[in-house]
Amino acid sequence: MIKQIVSIAAINLRNIPQRWASSLVIVIGLAGVVAVFSALLAMSSGFASTLESTGSTDTAIILRGGSQSELNSALLRDEVTLLRLEPGIRKGADGKPLASAELIVITELLRKGDTRNGANVTMRGVEPNGFALRPKLHVTEGRMFKPGLRELIVGRGVTRQFDGVELGKTLRMRGSEWTVVGIFDSGDSNESELWTDAEVAQSTFNRRGFSSLLAGLEKPEADAIRKLQAAAKADPRLNVDVQTQQHYFSDQTKQFRRTIGGLAFVVTLIMALGAIFAALNTMYAAVAARSKEIATLRALGFGGLAVMVSVMIEAVVLSLVGGAIGAALAYVLFNNISVSTLGQNFTQVVFAFKVTPQLVVTGLVIAMAVGFVGGLLPAVRAARMRVTDALRAG
Amino acid sequence: MTKAGFVMANLFRKKTRTTLTLMSVTMAFLLFGLLQAVNVLFNAGADFIGATRLITQARVSFTQSLPISQLPKIEAVPGVERVGWMQWFGGVVGENDQIVAMATDPLRLRDTYPEWVLPPDQWKAFANTRTGMIAGKLIAERYHWKVGDKIPMKSNIFPQKNGSKDWAFDLVGIYDGKDENWKRATNNVYINYAYFDEANQFGPGRAGIYILKLTDPKYATKVARTIDAMFENSPDETKTQTEKDFNIGFIKQIGDIGLMVRWILFAVFFTLLLVVGNTMAQSVRERVPELAVLKTLGFSDGTVLGFVLAETFALCSLGGLVGLTVATALGWLVEKGAGGQLPLQVDRHVWLAGAVAIVVLSLAVGLLPALRASRLKIVDALAGR
Repeated sequence: MIKQIVSIAAINLRNIPQRWASSLVIVIGLAGVVAVFSALLAMSSGFASTLESTGSTDTAIILRGGSQSELNSALLRDEVTLLRLEPGIRKGADGKPLASAELIVITELLRKGDTRNGANVTMRGVEPNGFALRPKLHVTEGRMFKPGLRELIVGRGVTRQFDGVELGKTLRMRGSEWTVVGIFDSGDSNESELWTDAEVAQSTFNRRGFSSLLAGLEKPEADAIRKLQAAAKADPRLNVDVQTQQHYFSDQTKQFRRTIGGLAFVVTLIMALGAIFAALNTMYAAVAARSKEIATLRALGFGGLAVMVSVMIEAVVLSLVGGAIGAALAYVLFNNISVSTLGQNFTQVVFAFKVTPQLVVTGLVIAMAVGFVGGLLPAVRAARMRVTDALRAG
Repeated sequence: MTKAGFVMANLFRKKTRTTLTLMSVTMAFLLFGLLQAVNVLFNAGADFIGATRLITQARVSFTQSLPISQLPKIEAVPGVERVGWMQWFGGVVGENDQIVAMATDPLRLRDTYPEWVLPPDQWKAFANTRTGMIAGKLIAERYHWKVGDKIPMKSNIFPQKNGSKDWAFDLVGIYDGKDENWKRATNNVYINYAYFDEANQFGPGRAGIYILKLTDPKYATKVARTIDAMFENSPDETKTQTEKDFNIGFIKQIGDIGLMVRWILFAVFFTLLLVVGNTMAQSVRERVPELAVLKTLGFSDGTVLGFVLAETFALCSLGGLVGLTVATALGWLVEKGAGGQLPLQVDRHVWLAGAVAIVVLSLAVGLLPALRASRLKIVDALAGR
């Protein structure tokens, strides 16, 4: 039985080059399906991984109650001072609570190639602890900003997507001028931001408070965050939301994933249906063209099941080849392409497409499924063919 | 038998193949219709707005409020007929649904947005009710609001003086749009600025963005330049552009998704082209002897070419029509399901693009086999060479 299947399948596959034109339909159809599927989900997984690596579990982000994002949040100086002394916050190297009060200001930059419409970009004023809380962040070109000066360091992602942020350039914001003195890498969504000294940002933009307080948590983190939440809630002077940074970012990711996931599902489903019809077409044609050959095999004693399985194998192999080509295309065209979209703060988050191995495998599974379904009916027809009729025909 | 009948008979001789090809074409056009609609949503969504209004925003970003003290200066610029302003309230209703709620001056809203249709007594009520609010027809339907209701609304930005973020407003009117496009845009809520201004904790005097109605659209560039020059080097520098550009900029913030959609469209179309093209080529290949017989019978080269092309065209247009129809229905369902949040309109623009696609596709896949058929040498073809 197995031997029969193998030998027929081998014959079929070996003479594919002779009828490559019709087999090509399956290959190209599936290449299209898998390429589109992988590209869409690579976008969503790239966005997710950028945000997920920003959100750590050992850091809490504190916002004004009910504000949902840093953009809407505002904390007064007194509140920040109180919050720093709450339990659960770990001590820094200097023995003081490791917390960074931060201020975000939105500015507009022009995307590369755009001369009219600016896109919102986050400018973040941080305290020195802000760097201690983000160990992945390093200035890789130029130097760190000097406290007290209107100097900026710019995320790598910003330099990839926007104009006018090269080293040494001057940015004008609300009548003030800022010099870009450094470029930093962090591998997360901070790369989509411009950073400066919190106090300079406050005095320049005439803000007395902050947007958020980032606080390092004691170990074990789960206990520390609960302690911090309870203490903040018990204090009548405070009205704040305390959550881990991971929680804060996972909410954003979920929404994006749902949107893109939905789009990918619909598009893939419709395209896959189209590809199934194409595969059916091809395989019916293949079976019809070989009806005499199949009948001869049957007459020689090959079983109907063997014929059927061999037809299915052909369909699935063609589909897999198509799927592999599609995945390769998506990888070559899209992997690591840098794009940006709106994030929670109504500012741009720069991220790169990630065509992950997991995505490729899923794409191939889809291709296989399409090939299986597309091959099934023609295979059944091939197996049921009446030997005498088929031999006599044509 | 007529020529058209002959084409149809040929088409449905191999029922399975024709049906299956038809189905793949249908699927492709279904996708084409839906994606094109999404594309329209991203690109031309602001088309109907025109250029009769200017928007003045803070130069750094529209999320930065402009002070109300700029109002008299803007009003004094020649060419400006009426100025309104809007402050983003950050409204949250129901189960944590973010909505578009703007604090605005009621009568100035009426003057700057003649596209909103609201009975005069409701405009009056809006102006005279301190805690007044008006809602668009679509959003009112979504949350089952009726005139006279007290609407509880949170703000994720502005607390009241007592620190509470729970606000409540009296719904005094439900407005509609003057035409189809504007009717579809009735998803916003306007609240009375006077009340918001004095009740919010962050203090009075922030206008948000200004909306300028011009005496004549031709002054747009001049007015925009005058205003921006007026506030240059002040702490509140401005950027003034037409409402349409403002909206396009807003949509562009979403980023490169429009580009992605175009890529997908391209991939789909390319795939489709090859699938249909291949089937057509195969069907012509199989019929070479028959075509030779036709020619022997005296059909001209041109007629044979016409037969093959007509066949492709019939296949593509039938599949295309069905696909676009299903897409239209689906788009309508999505729009209804999302309560007007996602206006996925497979409208005449999409249909027009679809029609062009049908013609292009028919020619692209039909021309080669058709030419081959018309160039057949009878002797060779009959001999099976």
